[in-house]
Amino acid sequence: MPKLNEDKEGIRVLMMGNEAIVRGALEAGVNVAAGYPGTPSSEIIENLSKVAQERHLYVEWSTNEKISLEVAAAASFAGLRAICPMKQNGVNVASDFLLHLAGSGTRGGLVLVTCDDPGALSSANEGESRHFARMIEIPLLEPGDFQEAKDMTKWAFELSEELKNVVMLRSVTRMSHASGMVRLGKLPERMVKAEFKCRGPLLDQETGPVSSMPVVYHHTLQQEKLRRARELFEESPFNTYEGPEKPELLVITGSACTLYCREAIHLLGLKDRVGLLKLGTTWPLPPKFMKKYLALTEKILIVEEVIPFLEDSVKILAAEQAAEIGIKTFYGKNDGTIPMVGELNPDLVAAGLSKIMGAPYASMDGEYAKEAQEAAGALAPERDLTFCPGCPHRASFWSIHKALQLDNRKGFVCGDIGCYSLGARPAGFSTVKIAHAMGSGLGLACGFGKLEAFGMDQPTLTVCGDSTFFHAALPALVNAVHHEANTTLIILDNSGTAMTGFQPHPGLPINALGQAAPQIDIAKVCEAMGAKVVIRDPFELEETRATINALLEEEGIKVLILRQICALSPEKKGKKSHTMRIDESRCLGEECGCNRLCTRVFRCPGLIWDKEKKKSRIDEVICAGCGVCADICTSGAIRREEPVSV
Amino acid sequence: MKPLIQDPYNIILAGVGGQGNVMGSRILANMLSRKGYFLTIGETFGASQRGGSVMSHLRVSAASTLSTQIPKGKAHIVIALEPVEAIRIIAAYGNREVIVLTNTRPVHPVSVIAGESGYPEIETIQKTLEGLSSRVWLIEATEEALRLGNPILSNIIMIGAVSGLDILPLELEDFTAVIEETFPKKLLDVNRQAFQIGRDKVK
Repeated sequence: MPKLNEDKEGIRVLMMGNEAIVRGALEAGVNVAAGYPGTPSSEIIENLSKVAQERHLYVEWSTNEKISLEVAAAASFAGLRAICPMKQNGVNVASDFLLHLAGSGTRGGLVLVTCDDPGALSSANEGESRHFARMIEIPLLEPGDFQEAKDMTKWAFELSEELKNVVMLRSVTRMSHASGMVRLGKLPERMVKAEFKCRGPLLDQETGPVSSMPVVYHHTLQQEKLRRARELFEESPFNTYEGPEKPELLVITGSACTLYCREAIHLLGLKDRVGLLKLGTTWPLPPKFMKKYLALTEKILIVEEVIPFLEDSVKILAAEQAAEIGIKTFYGKNDGTIPMVGELNPDLVAAGLSKIMGAPYASMDGEYAKEAQEAAGALAPERDLTFCPGCPHRASFWSIHKALQLDNRKGFVCGDIGCYSLGARPAGFSTVKIAHAMGSGLGLACGFGKLEAFGMDQPTLTVCGDSTFFHAALPALVNAVHHEANTTLIILDNSGTAMTGFQPHPGLPINALGQAAPQIDIAKVCEAMGAKVVIRDPFELEETRATINALLEEEGIKVLILRQICALSPEKKGKKSHTMRIDESRCLGEECGCNRLCTRVFRCPGLIWDKEKKKSRIDEVICAGCGVCADICTSGAIRREEPVSV
Repeated sequence: MKPLIQDPYNIILAGVGGQGNVMGSRILANMLSRKGYFLTIGETFGASQRGGSVMSHLRVSAASTLSTQIPKGKAHIVIALEPVEAIRIIAAYGNREVIVLTNTRPVHPVSVIAGESGYPEIETIQKTLEGLSSRVWLIEATEEALRLGNPILSNIIMIGAVSGLDILPLELEDFTAVIEETFPKKLLDVNRQAFQIGRDKVK
């Protein structure tokens, strides 16, 4: 496994895209890194924090993405190089500051890395961050392979310093979380003294005060920076062409789609008929460079994820240059050659190419495909996502579900973003009925909780994680208290940012560098705001259920903290609190009054149904030994025993 | 560098979240990378711990980097840490020549636990796989791993089994070096044992 701080110039190592980005930042001599965890970006800060001491870096997990960009920007204003990685939704959170930042400009190299998630493999949307570059008018870079992920990151710092503005580098899940070969470069010895020069002339970029005002003056400067970026992009080695001198079709692509296109051309044997123009500097596009290749042929296919961003830019350029390069036929998202939604892969690109070029392509032998797909349909049952064995959320949602049933007023749960988003699925007994962005659960509940005057009589519960609480729920809690909104906020406190790999947050006594840090007490914060606070252990099912029912009866905003550490946390993983056993003489199986409540309804993957014996069974490989199922069973058939030391 | 039977050579490692799929793919890839090949791994692990199907696509080449995702129907070897996952992968990436190695131990999806869908007998899985591939190896990796004291070692046993096929230059020496770089020293012995158990299973 690669050591990211290895000073071995020239060796070739296998690296994850995110590791390559980290290596690029280290080769640029980055000083400061700040981010908030979000798949697929989290490994960037994680890996930087591992080498922070050796490389003399300051690294932090900030409370949210807007703050992380502010922290990184401060370093830039003090003359240092800083990186700020986030997932696509993070850019939405940071965008308010980002717009001002782009207006004020920067000093030391500042790179905003956005890791988008086409196909929403681990997101609640497949939103694009590229359009921010166009909207906010900053340069955008997109690496097309792992080597470029490193090299472009390094270059992004230089570009940022040359232009005196923030640069956006965009990755996607299939780049960040995939791996490939990277040849290492040199690690610099770069010691810079940080100083914020602010006593110079008002409009001096280097020594004056920093702000985006006067706006029109700064906006004009920003336009000049973009013009300069365009000039630099004309010569960029990251824009390349491969293929015949006179292609029948020109494919224009970038990012992970580069590899899909290359593969699709290879699969269809079209190397001599189709040209591939791979763009690394995707906003603003370099017009002279583009003209040269647009002039090669009449047919243009644009392949990208997710929205037709490049497609729009290329069409605008082609329209402006039509007199010189002639009229083009465009294929891509808008005409349906490439799907408008979801992520792409080599097969989808091959299908599009095949249609345009009239080159038939079948990925599988028809008969074999039919046979194999029928077998999978008949024999491979769906695998719905569920909470891990031993997950506190399963217990929490069990109690929430029972409490709402008993309450019987059509109450529902406003959800949020985290593992507990699964509360909308059978894993959480389908109690979550509405879910949007981080912190939005409570904001929505504020709204629902004020609709009594309009005849609404359904009670609401809101679930939110401990990390989400700090990230985005605080303003909503203030709003709920101030407006006396009727709702119960349930904070599912599992002591970490569990969804993304258990990163620390302000509620923990540790920071990104593993050092001791002041811990912010969620309960005290809520009390100080004026909310009633109750703390329970979700593994105490009956007590938790009764508490929720009591809170549902009360007016105003109540906070219930359900505290139980995540089953995957380092202190719990691989250690069982109990060995679970089924007393078969007590298990009634399908005769049980609840018809197999444990397996049919509770559905912990550690508990399986033995069809032969018609009894429940513990899968000792999967069971985490939390013991909650013992309290589910009405016949007392599931027993906790003290763990046997292995 | 030994020439590959096929270039790129496509390996899919499949399983269920939490079975050590991602770790397995990295160990395998790093072993081959030590031999001088170009490697890519395509995987997703956002929600992988949470009981979903997980797969890693490994591509080995002497020269170049293609897509990190293997095109449909183009797998050369499928390594499944869970038996129905082998069938799921075959349906999308299989072909008549593919070689399949699968662990025999089921991980029941929640829909099966709840009684909403069934889970096939291992004999049915074996017969189905045999009809859709050139060679199938069934390996009791989880049981062997439990005997070694930790079910997570099933991924190492499966890697050992692939090495035992002698299709790719996967040598104990490279395995040892990668494990030493990856895990604490005290885990080396048990990992080497697991690797050897896997090798013996296909001999």
